[in-house]
Amino acid sequence: MKEEIIVSGRMNPMVDPNLQIWHWQIPLYLFLGGMAAGILCIAAVYFIRGRENDYRTAVRLTPFLAPVLLVLGLLALFFDLRHKLYFWQLYTNIRLQSPMSWGAWTLMVITPVSFIWCALHMQDLFPNWDWKYKWLKALESFFNKYKKTLAWIMLIYGIILGIYTGILLSAFNARPLWNTSILGPLFLASGISAGAAATLLLSKNIEERRQFARIDLIMIGIELFLIVHMFMGFLASTQVQIDAVRMFLGGQYTASFWVFVIFLGLLIPALLEIMELKKYHIPAIIPAVMVLFGSLMLRFIIVYAGQMSRWLY
Amino acid sequence: MRYAMAVDTRKCVGCSDCVVACQTENNVPIGYCRDWVVEVTDGTYPQLEMEIRSERCNHCANAPCVRCCPTGASHIVEGGIVLVDSTQCIGCGACIASCPYDARFPHPKGYVDKCTFCEHRIKNGMSPSCVEVCPTKCLYFGDLDDPSSNASVVLKKRKYKTLIPEAGTDPQLYFLI
Repeated sequence: MKEEIIVSGRMNPMVDPNLQIWHWQIPLYLFLGGMAAGILCIAAVYFIRGRENDYRTAVRLTPFLAPVLLVLGLLALFFDLRHKLYFWQLYTNIRLQSPMSWGAWTLMVITPVSFIWCALHMQDLFPNWDWKYKWLKALESFFNKYKKTLAWIMLIYGIILGIYTGILLSAFNARPLWNTSILGPLFLASGISAGAAATLLLSKNIEERRQFARIDLIMIGIELFLIVHMFMGFLASTQVQIDAVRMFLGGQYTASFWVFVIFLGLLIPALLEIMELKKYHIPAIIPAVMVLFGSLMLRFIIVYAGQMSRWLY
Repeated sequence: MRYAMAVDTRKCVGCSDCVVACQTENNVPIGYCRDWVVEVTDGTYPQLEMEIRSERCNHCANAPCVRCCPTGASHIVEGGIVLVDSTQCIGCGACIASCPYDARFPHPKGYVDKCTFCEHRIKNGMSPSCVEVCPTKCLYFGDLDDPSSNASVVLKKRKYKTLIPEAGTDPQLYFLI
């Protein structure tokens, strides 16, 4: 039998006995950022393909959520910082090796872009909207002229934002559960799924709802595939990663992960969406809310469980 | 120049003097530690083996904490010492999560704190306070590029190991076994 203990009484807050440096702020931000990324990517794709009249909600209305989600996410991130007054240091440095630096700069681009996108669609939300001042109208027509470029920027930065929320965690090889490159695509797929769920929730057009139920189904399929893939990868890896994944296969996170993420967040909404497509009448709010809930839980569980996983020496 | 430390696990008695010396020298806030002592017991009574290690930041040559820092507050200075600039640190916690040795902690003032190899002392030709105070003289500090330094000499004579080399960090804290 081998026993390793710290005998000098180290009990550093938030580090011992196991890491708890990141609390609710980080998973909440990962969810809000991922969902905003999904919403903006979907809007950009349908606009670029010239389908904005078929999917009006997705292109013109759902994006109004994005700046709200991004601002709330940024607030959550700010609350996470412990040396708050120095936050501006993020924007005096570009550190290519640090995913967090990438994320900070991506947010710096995509947040204003999402605001501009909403400004261009004010009349869809408020039919009597008037920009009042001449220079505001000039600004609006300027961005209208370059709307396609704006959509491309939104798409590219949306994908970076969606992937980075996963890469942020996978860059830490000190936490074996996070140290898998699958997290990037998994969080992107989950973000797009949440973005589709938002349109599913808001759309009044039955055809559009069908289409977004289809998108959501595809994303759920991809997520399930990636999760299985991730678990297989862990089980075939080193002891620390086997230990990490065992938290989900009989360990302390088994119940919460399988119940909240797999069943309530993926399988049951997928089933409901299939029924909807088979012309059973299912209120769209049920699968949509379940998808959003599952997406949020996925991030909470991965962030918390990841901090429990470690190298033992 | 490459500063490193060698810890003699056969001489260390686990008295924790290094921990107290560090707390005093560096004004570490109460309840926090920059270094600590690990005791490993292996086997079943009466066949027992014991190893005692005084541990601290490994001042890794491939430091994940420096890589993931979004502001450059975590940086490497001459001699390979990993330091945190408290006026650049935003307290995001990324470096704390990235350290496989859990050697960093959030200082109550908000920034992240850790072992500095007593950079302020070695600049003036002294050794780190933990080394200075050790009653069994089991800590050896020095420049590995200088073959006559305490660390170089003892590492040439003795067998040693590093902690979790498989994490790819290239740690510079050596444990004599």
